[in-house]
Amino acid sequence: MAPYSGHLLTLILFLPTLAALLLLFFPARWASFFRWAALIASLVPFLLTLSLWLQFVPDQTGFQFVEKVDWYAALRSTYVVGVDGISLPMIILTTLLIPLAILASFSIKERVKAFMILFLLLETGMLGVFMTLDLLMFFVFWEVGLVPMYFLIAQWGSSNRNYASLKFILYTMGGSLGLLLAIQMIGVVTGTFDMQTLFQTWPTAKVTFLGLGTPTIKAIAFWAFVVAFAIKVPIWPFHTWLPDAHTEAPTGGSMILAGVLLKLGAYGFLRLVLPLYPVESARYAGILAGLAVAAIILGALAAWGQTDFKRLVAYSSINHMGFVVLGIAAAAWAANLKDTTTAAIAVNGAVLQMFNHGLSAAGMFFLVGVIYERTHTRNLTEYGGLYARLPIYGSILVFTALGSLGLPGLGGFVSEFLVVRGAWPVFSFATGLAMIGLFFTGAYVLKALKQVLHGPVNKHWQGNIAEINLREIVVIAPLMVLMLVIGLWPTFLLDMINRAAMLWY
Amino acid sequence: MQFPLLSVIIFIPLLAGLAILLFPAERREWIRGTALGAASLTILLSFILYLSYDSPVAGYQFVEELPWVPSLGISYHMGVDGISVPLVLLAGIVLFCGVLISWNVEERPREFFAFLLFLATSVFGVFCSLDLFQLFFFFELAVFPKYLMIINWGYPKTREYGGMKLTLYLFIGSMISLLGALAIYFGSGAHTFDLMALEKAGFSIEFQRMWFPVVFFGFAVLGGIFPFHSWAPDGHVAAPTAISMILAGVEMKVGAFAALRVAIMLLPQGAQYWAWLILGLGTVNVVYGALIAMVQTDFKYVIGFSSVSHMGLVLIGFATLSKEGLLGAGMQMFSHGVMTALFFSIVGMVYDRAHTRDIPKLGGLFQKMPWAAIGFIVGGLVSMGMPGFSGFVAEFPVFMGAWRAAPWVAIIAILGILITAAYIFLVIRRVFFGETPSELLRVEDITVMDKIAIGLLVATMVGLGVFPSLLSTMVQTGVNHVLSLLGGA
Repeated sequence: MAPYSGHLLTLILFLPTLAALLLLFFPARWASFFRWAALIASLVPFLLTLSLWLQFVPDQTGFQFVEKVDWYAALRSTYVVGVDGISLPMIILTTLLIPLAILASFSIKERVKAFMILFLLLETGMLGVFMTLDLLMFFVFWEVGLVPMYFLIAQWGSSNRNYASLKFILYTMGGSLGLLLAIQMIGVVTGTFDMQTLFQTWPTAKVTFLGLGTPTIKAIAFWAFVVAFAIKVPIWPFHTWLPDAHTEAPTGGSMILAGVLLKLGAYGFLRLVLPLYPVESARYAGILAGLAVAAIILGALAAWGQTDFKRLVAYSSINHMGFVVLGIAAAAWAANLKDTTTAAIAVNGAVLQMFNHGLSAAGMFFLVGVIYERTHTRNLTEYGGLYARLPIYGSILVFTALGSLGLPGLGGFVSEFLVVRGAWPVFSFATGLAMIGLFFTGAYVLKALKQVLHGPVNKHWQGNIAEINLREIVVIAPLMVLMLVIGLWPTFLLDMINRAAMLWY
Repeated sequence: MQFPLLSVIIFIPLLAGLAILLFPAERREWIRGTALGAASLTILLSFILYLSYDSPVAGYQFVEELPWVPSLGISYHMGVDGISVPLVLLAGIVLFCGVLISWNVEERPREFFAFLLFLATSVFGVFCSLDLFQLFFFFELAVFPKYLMIINWGYPKTREYGGMKLTLYLFIGSMISLLGALAIYFGSGAHTFDLMALEKAGFSIEFQRMWFPVVFFGFAVLGGIFPFHSWAPDGHVAAPTAISMILAGVEMKVGAFAALRVAIMLLPQGAQYWAWLILGLGTVNVVYGALIAMVQTDFKYVIGFSSVSHMGLVLIGFATLSKEGLLGAGMQMFSHGVMTALFFSIVGMVYDRAHTRDIPKLGGLFQKMPWAAIGFIVGGLVSMGMPGFSGFVAEFPVFMGAWRAAPWVAIIAILGILITAAYIFLVIRRVFFGETPSELLRVEDITVMDKIAIGLLVATMVGLGVFPSLLSTMVQTGVNHVLSLLGGA
């Protein structure tokens, strides 16, 4: 055991912040210094996360690597972090995608210093959500990550960035107000913010406010949680901030938005909503499943209707995240029926789908960014026949797009299959509709591939378009490898997730 | 005899101010050097006070007592508890930063710095008073430097109106609470102005219910309570920068603090009886203040109304009469004081260089003054209650208290957060980003003194946001005492 291992999570969590603070003291004109420093600073947490993964004991109950220090003693809120088989994959995903997104952002030319500092701060915000085991701290990290992302979109975004960034932050902050109120109420009623205690006490706690009884208050609090997380996921009809924010954000920002930020919402469902509100989750699981199916079908149709390549990828996130929510809804309902096998399968599917979507969405946004840097257009009708010009890029694009489509052999297939397998016994009709949604998924992916790569060559790009370069290949290669590995041998991740899910039920 | 730390903190500014008045007017270096020296010493001593206050022991500490007018039961009685120590520290910080950002005052610097220091003595005196008469004495002492500074150094177009309005409002408010204080004096039957003795006086319920609103609202005018808040934006905007910082940053806390110390702590059952009204008005403060701030086009008025909105949370926290609410109010007084001092200092820096406060005429100032821009952004995040900054750790317990006392207050007031976020992000974008208007292309960066002030204020807000226990442990001890008065009443 290395001497630091007692504080491994804290190290991973705050190294990026520490690096960001150090970077403040260097002169802004050293652009390439900031690029490499940020890359190295984000690789260290990734390596530490790998060591965390190696030391993680999959079949141990409860949270591991727990650290606990008083934070806001007057409110009995503590800084407490820990991981289990559900949060660990998310931490791996985050620490993996951040260095890749930083590498992808090497092409940023303006105000590199500020960009890299914001990116590192963003990493701490997101990791904190996945690690913390204190409800108040959860909210702290939940909100604080919004700020760097707002500035990334508002400062380095494309033409409509002012509108998109403000919509993004007000939408998410507004959605969190209910969550904030509910957390305050829980704190007042139970006198603690410790999640592990609350998992035991809150589901049976009695609450009355304003003359309303326990069931009503709990139902309202449940929906307050759900709305906050649903906006982040996003679940139809709370998704309208997403296409704007994802489209206007700079490439690195879009990769993290789609790759990690959306997972925060889904993680909130798994970490908080299901354990804190088992009764309400089961009662409203049908509604959630319905909304998930709406997201799957409408997201795919909307993606199909886009002429902007990046917007198409943005809508595809709504489509894919719909499967995560379907899995969560199925788990909630199956747990109520005491069908623990189905519930565990559904949770497995949801978590793995989160991981896979993180890989494929980040990859797709990156590839859109690559082509945009060369053509300065995102309009699908202005591409055409680029496969002939860019065979390597074209092949990579086809691979990644098929991975996101859910082609057997690649990661997306395994997780969508698990979700469908988990949802079928409890929500057969909804699952059937979701399969139809999957058909539209195929349609929009193939439409995008056709318009970009195939068809008559657009003469405009004759001779003046460069092939994907080595740096860009380094960004996309790890994502492709992981998609393939998860597709062929999902056990290495699923084992960990599955044991955590089994321990729940 | 123990070192009279409180008296030293209170009278250093007064003595320095008097000394400055004796200097020849053209000795600018002497004048501002003395002012900075006094302010540095004061902030240092208030920090020592903060460090040496013994939280586990709690109660009133650093007590000094001397007879003053014994025949009337008036004494010179100083002491601080867990609620007032942070406020003394706040006043020390704001005074220090106020002197720094006024470094280049051109117009009659001698009188300017002297009056600024007199004002500081007044606020320190109120925070440390354990005698009701003495509290009023220091409270009223502020009137003349405030008024003179606004009408002499204020914004030429509105200073006469703003100064007059502010003075009259506050004067009427304090007359009303003085009336209440006299009632307390005679009603107690003990013929003493000593606050610690009056806490134990055991006023009848009818007496408390009758006189609580008189005392509370009289002081709360200075705290900016709706509908008596309208002096605040006008006064703040008319005042010169350093005075705006002290007015909004510290003076509004003087009002809130006096309302707590005199009205709530001496008449706890009156507070319980009238809490609903204060909760309601505080909620109006929060939401209405934020809405009005949102539609302002004058940079300084945005901040002026945001203070009205944030002071509403202090009032709500008081009126919940609960552990969390009072703790949050104590934290919010400190956090808001630092934040609004930062806001007004940056508004002043922008105005001094751009010569306009009209938001549509500003833009792109991040390039010109990055420190000011970052300072404003941090202040903005505090203001919208963003976690990780001091605003969050102050507002959160206020809302918890509101859940205990009146859940609907929490549910309505939480909208203030979203409205604040909306106007703050819009102002940040319009003033500091986007196109730089051609008139502003030659704007210069802020001075080193300005940067020190911004750095200190920002560090305080981030430090408190990340480590709330630095302050909350201390505030909690003061709150426990208030709760014992409420419970024992």
